[in-house]
Order: sequence, then structure tokens, then C-alpha cells
Amino acid sequence: MIDVKNVYKTFYSRHKVEALVDVSMEVDKGEVVTIIGPSGSGKSTLLRCLNHLETTDKGEIFIDGIPLTDSKTNINAVRAEIGMVFQSFNLFPHMTVLGNITIAQTKVRKKPREEAEGISMELLEKVGIPEKAGSFPSQLSGGQQQRVAIARALAMQPKIMLFDEPTSALDPEMIGEVLDVMKTLAREGMTICAVTHEMGFARTVCDSVVFMDEGRIVEKGTPEKIFDQPDNERTKSFLAQIL
Amino acid sequence: MDRLKELFHNPRFRNALSWIALFGILLSLVVGTFQTTKKVEYIWRWEQIPRYILFKDSREIIVEDDATVTAIDRKGNEAVIVVQDYLDTEQYYTVPNNLITLKTGDKLESGQVLAKWDQWKAGLLLKGLILTLKISIISIFLGILIGLFTGLARLSNSPAPKWLAIGYIELIRGTPLLVQIYIFYFFVGQVFRLSSFWAGALALSVFAGAYVAEIIRAGIQSIHKGQMEAARSLGMSYYLSMRFIILPQAFKRILPPLAGQFISLIKDSSLVGVIALVELTRAGREIGTSTFNYFEVFFTVAALYLILTFTLSMLVQFLERRFAVSD
Repeated sequence: MIDVKNVYKTFYSRHKVEALVDVSMEVDKGEVVTIIGPSGSGKSTLLRCLNHLETTDKGEIFIDGIPLTDSKTNINAVRAEIGMVFQSFNLFPHMTVLGNITIAQTKVRKKPREEAEGISMELLEKVGIPEKAGSFPSQLSGGQQQRVAIARALAMQPKIMLFDEPTSALDPEMIGEVLDVMKTLAREGMTICAVTHEMGFARTVCDSVVFMDEGRIVEKGTPEKIFDQPDNERTKSFLAQIL
Repeated sequence: MDRLKELFHNPRFRNALSWIALFGILLSLVVGTFQTTKKVEYIWRWEQIPRYILFKDSREIIVEDDATVTAIDRKGNEAVIVVQDYLDTEQYYTVPNNLITLKTGDKLESGQVLAKWDQWKAGLLLKGLILTLKISIISIFLGILIGLFTGLARLSNSPAPKWLAIGYIELIRGTPLLVQIYIFYFFVGQVFRLSSFWAGALALSVFAGAYVAEIIRAGIQSIHKGQMEAARSLGMSYYLSMRFIILPQAFKRILPPLAGQFISLIKDSSLVGVIALVELTRAGREIGTSTFNYFEVFFTVAALYLILTFTLSMLVQFLERRFAVSD
């Protein structure tokens, strides 16, 4: 489903930062992958490269066989198949919750408004806040906003969901409600790629875990292997710090 | 003494004092102006002003030669009376429909008053006001259009639109509007055969466009980049994201500076008087030169401008309240 081959990315702001160095990974259909690592290790950059919010310097990325790095690829069509959830929610503040979930369905998928709103309501039902349909994002709690953001991404019926630290901006008591939605998605067979600091989620829900440091993939494997018998010293020290 | 101090620290007493001070200042302004004019021995003739806004025009239709009415042709509010004189030549008189008391076959005498009525007509000031309003509305509309495109071009990553936009903005902001109006009238107007109205309207539009472009650019840049990323990640194109996500949010934020710009524009439209357009200010000057009622005329002109700008202010405040629902 996702195929990343030898990707390089360097940022040149003030000083040179090698965000991704020779990164390769594969995610199969229905697989749930978590990317972990210290901050500045390039995990968010990698995730953002997967839907071309960040361009790559070298290497190739294929989504469902379509080369993202090819300039002939219709990037909007590929992005429509990839849902993305951001750390800071990024809901559209000038629209109601229902409007947020409906807009891309009507403008990109060209669905009739009634049908799109029906789908939106079903998704709000799924994330557990149908009563907030008419509210504006500013009237919701952080956890509720993030659940709306997930519903908004799901409304495009994507093949892949990307989560970029979805719980990092939330108060502790709201993390659970967002993780629950993510767990439900994983159980339903969605292909998920998530950057997260929630080691509980990584351990219990994921099929594989990728550990990154300084732009490189240091180690990858099943959660049991990474958490219980990590090979690499860097992985060991990172896990020792956070667990 | 202590009680006085206590009273002075009472917030309600201080508030009341402030109101009294406000009214005192306003009153002294009015009285002051009145006293000053007394010093210069000016005779106020306010009664002369209304007729420069609306006046009653008396109209009379007088029969030229002896004749006979042969037909009355009624069309809407007007009627054409067809008459035949002794040489059998036909003549036509157009009069308001409701004033006709004649019928076919009636004899008319030379000098007879066919119809007499009063008609309300716009005075020079009202005509000027209408011209100012017209040119302002056109320039605001075109200014938004030019500003939107220039603002987006200014934010473009590709050098051609970006540097063209920067060049245009700097050129317009760096030269006086009066000079621009002359250039549009004498040069652009000649080349493209524009009427002086359109030369003036375009000069104002191009002028406003440069300022609006900078306001719109700042508005777009003030929207968090996560908004664009979220929209693009849903598969929306750059155009769709701008149209439905970024611009509506930016527009809400830039409403106050935009309103200021357009209020400025209404006032700047007084400069097109130099290219023979009798807008409000020029109308005032023309009345002044013929009647020497400069005081009353320009107070009236100021009040009329204030009506336009204040209406615009109110309109924008209404829009701001409408947009505030999502806060």
C-alpha cells in the first residue's frame, strides 16, 4: 500500500538539517504501523512526505502503486485517498462541525449535499459526537475537535489514514477518547500510519513499530520485539527514558 | 475634605463627570464656531442650500400657432398631442398624461398654455453626490478584484507574478494619486479613448487595488498554514482551498482595514474633480464661486461625505457581527 524507497530530505533553514536519510519502509494493506522516536528524528517529516505535504529530495514513494515523486501524478487525486489527522486538529474554524466534514465530499468527490451530510452524520455517530453537528470548532473540547478531524478525514473514504501525533496537544483525560476511535479504525482493517508518543497504543494495537533517530530508521519490527528485545542501543536508551 | 476625596474616587461619580466634560467640550465647539463666524462678519444663508440638492422646476407648454387637436397618443406617463395648424402641418406637444383636459377636435389658440406643472430636479450637490457614489462603488468593486489577484500573485512562488505584483504595488504606493489621475486622464484615456468618468474610475480602482492587495496578502498570511495543509490533505486543489477555506477566514480578519481603505477611497474620489468630473467637492466649489456661500456649501459637502462613509462603516460593522458567529 505504501512503499518508501531510499528517501532523502534536507531542510536548509538557518542551518542544514538532514530530516530523512535513506529511509525505506513498506506498509501493507490493513497494516497498522507506528513511528516512534525522539523529537527532531524526522518521523513527522516522513509522515508528511507520504501525502506530499513535504517534497522529497531523492528517492521514491509509491501509494497504492502510484509514484508520488513523479511530477505527472495528480497529487490531489492521491491525497483524496489518504486521510491525515494533525497534532493541532486544523479544523476549519469558520464552518460548523457538519460543514467541516462535508466540504471535501461535495467539492472534491462532487457528492450531492444531502448524501454527503448523511455520510457526515454517520461518521459523527461513529466518533461519538452526533449532537455537535451544528457547533463551531471553537465550542468543542480538544478531544472532540480531534474526533471531528478524524471524521473529516474518514469522510473521503480513504484507503490510508495518517496520524501525526494526534494526542500530543490534548489534555490527558481526552487522550483516551481519541485513541478509542483509532483503535476502532485499526480493528476495522484500515491501513494506518501513526506518529505517536502513546506507547500503549503502539504496543497493543500495532502490527509493527518503526523507531527513527536523526533522520534514519534505526530499527523496525513487531511491538513485542521493539519494546521487549530491542537490538539497537539507541532504541534501548530511548525506550528506557519514556517507559 | 475627606468626603470630597471619597466622592472623587467613586467610579460612578467619575463616569458622570466624564459625560459632563464631553458635553461641555461639544457645546463649546459649537458656540466657538458660531462666535468665530460673527467676527468675520459672515452672513449665513442656509436657506439657499436646499435648492442645490433638490429644486422645483416649473414647466409650461405653450401652443405656438392656432391649431386643432387631431389625435392624443397616450404612452405610459406621457401623452403626445398631435395638432394640425391652418397650413395643415402637424405639430407635436408632449405633456404628462394626467394633465390632459383636451379631446380630439378641440381648437387651440396661439399662446394658450397647454399644461403647467412642477418637476423635482436634482441640484448640483445631489448630482455630485451621485457621481461620487457611482465612481466609489465602481472603484471599490474593481479595487477588490485587482487587489485579490495582485494579493494572490504577490504570494506566488513563481517569480513572474510575484515581481509583477511587487512592482505594481510599489509603483502605485510610491506616486501621488493626483498624478496617477492625470496620467490616466491624459495618457491612458487618450490611448484607449476613455471618457473622463472611466479614466477617473480606473485611476481610483488601480490605486485602491494596490492597497487592497497588501491588505489581502497580510490577511492570507495571518491564517495558520495548517489550514491550507488540512484542506490540501483532503484532496482539495489550491483553488478550492483558497476559495472555501483560506479566503473566507482571511476576509473576516481583513474587514476592518478593508473598510478603512474604502472610506479613504470615497474621500480620495474628491480628487477626480481635476479632470472635469463634477463630483461632490467640485460641485461645492462651483456653487461657491457663483454664490460665495462657501461656508454653508462646504459644511453641506462635508455632511454628505459623512453620510456615505458612515453608511459604509455601519455596513461593515453589520458584516463583522454576521461573521462573528463562529468565534
